[in-house]
Amino acid sequence: MRFRDLQIEMAHGAGGKASRKLVEGLFAPLLFGAMPGPLGDSARVDINGTPVAITTDSFVVKPLTFPGGSIGELAVNGTVNDLAVSGAKAEALVVSYVLEAGLPTPILEAEVRAMAKAAREAGVRIAAGDTKVVEHGKADQMYITTTGIGRLIHGVNIDPASVRVGDKIILSGPIGDHGITILLARGELDLEADLSSDTRSVFPLVETLIRAAGPGVRWMRDPTRGGAATSLNELARDCGLGMVVFEDQIPVRDTVRGACELLGLDPLHIANEGQFLAVVSPEYADAAINALNLAPGGNEAQVIGEVREQPAGTVLVTTLYGGSRIVDMLVGDPLPRIC
Amino acid sequence: MRFVDEFREPELISKTAEEIRRLAGRERHYRMMEVCGGHTHAIYRFGLKDILPENIELIHGPGCPVCVLPMGRIDDGLAIAQEPDVIFAAFGDMMRVPGTQGSPLEHKARGMDVRIVYSPSDALKLARLNPDKHVMFFAIGFETTAPSTALTIMRAKAEGIQNFSVFCNHVTIIPAIRAILDSPDMRLDAFIGPGHVSTVIGCRPYEWIAENARKPIVVSGFEPLDILQSIVMLLQQMTAGECKVENQYKRVVPWEGNNAALKAMGEVFQLRPYFEWRGLGFISQSALKINDKYAEFDTEARFEVPGIRVTDPKAAQCGEVLKGVLKPHQCKLFGRECTPEHPIGALMVSSEGSCAAYYNYEHRKAAMGSLTSIA
Amino acid sequence: MCLAIPGKIVEISSDDHHSALVEVAGVRRRIDLGLLQEDKPIPGEWVLIHVGFAMSKISEQDAAEQMNTLRMLGEIDGAMQEVQGYGLEDVN
Repeated sequence: MRFRDLQIEMAHGAGGKASRKLVEGLFAPLLFGAMPGPLGDSARVDINGTPVAITTDSFVVKPLTFPGGSIGELAVNGTVNDLAVSGAKAEALVVSYVLEAGLPTPILEAEVRAMAKAAREAGVRIAAGDTKVVEHGKADQMYITTTGIGRLIHGVNIDPASVRVGDKIILSGPIGDHGITILLARGELDLEADLSSDTRSVFPLVETLIRAAGPGVRWMRDPTRGGAATSLNELARDCGLGMVVFEDQIPVRDTVRGACELLGLDPLHIANEGQFLAVVSPEYADAAINALNLAPGGNEAQVIGEVREQPAGTVLVTTLYGGSRIVDMLVGDPLPRIC
Repeated sequence: MRFVDEFREPELISKTAEEIRRLAGRERHYRMMEVCGGHTHAIYRFGLKDILPENIELIHGPGCPVCVLPMGRIDDGLAIAQEPDVIFAAFGDMMRVPGTQGSPLEHKARGMDVRIVYSPSDALKLARLNPDKHVMFFAIGFETTAPSTALTIMRAKAEGIQNFSVFCNHVTIIPAIRAILDSPDMRLDAFIGPGHVSTVIGCRPYEWIAENARKPIVVSGFEPLDILQSIVMLLQQMTAGECKVENQYKRVVPWEGNNAALKAMGEVFQLRPYFEWRGLGFISQSALKINDKYAEFDTEARFEVPGIRVTDPKAAQCGEVLKGVLKPHQCKLFGRECTPEHPIGALMVSSEGSCAAYYNYEHRKAAMGSLTSIA
Repeated sequence: MCLAIPGKIVEISSDDHHSALVEVAGVRRRIDLGLLQEDKPIPGEWVLIHVGFAMSKISEQDAAEQMNTLRMLGEIDGAMQEVQGYGLEDVN
């Protein structure tokens, strides 16, 4: 075990550097054995020769409901998406609820209905569940954990080691919607905007991508906590190459941009719940984008960058006028600033 | 975004950079200091160093109010907020700044009531909404921010709010610039002046820099074209052998400053005889304190302040980096013991501190060699 | 110390003249006009916002002038270089 921090802090759950340290330094060595290789969004398990993908995720969200969705929806789509970007179609989910004593039943009912609806829309079965209740004051009303299994789709092999110089980086749509919606919904910053979470199952778009460009798809990830910057940094580290992103190509809604400028945030660090990143070989990149743009919900997909040799292990954002900046993973959650 | 996008026009940026290369020539080496942390951040964020010629060196100045805040003051503020029923309210910038017992966010994880606010008026609103608690607003910032704190305190008094106080760490920019110019290791040719501070204090306070210290200074905006145009203006001055104060940020900065803002500051604050600046030592008449008329809103008058003093580890070379004598990566601790995850010095803590900015945006670029093939 | 953003005044509060609704690319927030009491802005005007307070009015004219100066950069010098090439500088 290489994890040296004396106690667990909030930063360890934010999806950035601190989270990575905890996972790689404590969980991986103790749970996965020596040198498990790069950690992906889900694990592959072989059951009697059939490859199955399995993943789990916990959902801790304040407020529980927000424009565009609620914790229940996130809990379904989040796990479905982790499977999707691993090249798997989610077949079934199991769900675990940790509920705070005193939680009004209508709130629980609303979330369970939201989960049922999201599951129907995503074409996934919720097969089983568990509930625990903790004392008032714990669990922020409710925590939801979902575990999902799925069948790996033929014709695609997601592996950071297969990424090559010249590969294109594709983003499925505008970033920052979810994180900024949540930030505004918390009400502490007194900002208002017509913005909603982008939570949705990305499986249909992933399937479209695989059908159009399967042999060329090297890697995919859903950029949740930590944002696109974190996902790309993880890939850069795992494959040892440089991710060069063209700033003018990154799709961002005006309102998200406005909120980020106002608060001093970078859209690349903001969480998304309905987008994915893909690295596709150059021969297949055009076919990939064309197919995505024609598919429902994929019209804003675009090539945002390419893989190069330098700067190795790093994400570099470049501008049209020749300026560039390194974009690193954040330590913890992005914080608004005034300076 | 209006008044933002125009000043980020790529073609015009390239053209202005070309003009800078032409004006800068090849023989002379120019050392220009941008005083304000906001400019440091902008320079890195927009990758401006990539398009400037090699003989223009940008040196990062001490205008980062988080960076110059002594750790002891954070400890003081957090110690007061340990009292039951006190809410610690501060800007996001303060939340990860480490005190000796941890940062405000770490204290929050341990149960302290810590709130991020975007405005001092949000902190006052918290006081109205929580009448049974005391809201302590940990105020930081130069003259850009101080008037807003002052107005908020005036509003609190007018409303008769009893449960609100400000722990005041506002500092002033001119003494910091003086300290830079007085520093014996300092070799500077010109200044890129702080644009937003100047919306309050105007451009007159910089006249001594041009007249006495004989350094040109251009008060600059924060978009790429603002900063580049300011560099053009400085080069034009230096080529013509001139030495004056110029206002590049005319669309926003009035030469005479903002009278209402200055009045509000004068109404609520007085100058501290001296104040400790992290990395720079004690500087006289460089910081603001809430005056007696508004003492009921002064955290230091209402609470026992421990007055903790914390010295930085000797190996940390924050002072020299702050003064622009050393570059961030030249500090022995940079990137090793001192990183954004484990900041030892203040310059690594704030995202506009030169060390953090360099670390987050820049230092791995050195491995790349030539960047001209990027765009 | 200097994150300040241009925003458009959408509405001045009727019951509190210090308060206005401002919009930045579709994001709206109440801001305090207390620092601009000597030069009150009206809806439609643009102000510079810092920590929820309007610091200054933005002059469209100055902004336009600045853009003009920038666009002309290099053109005047380019013209000068051409003229010098003709050897005309001795004429005056």
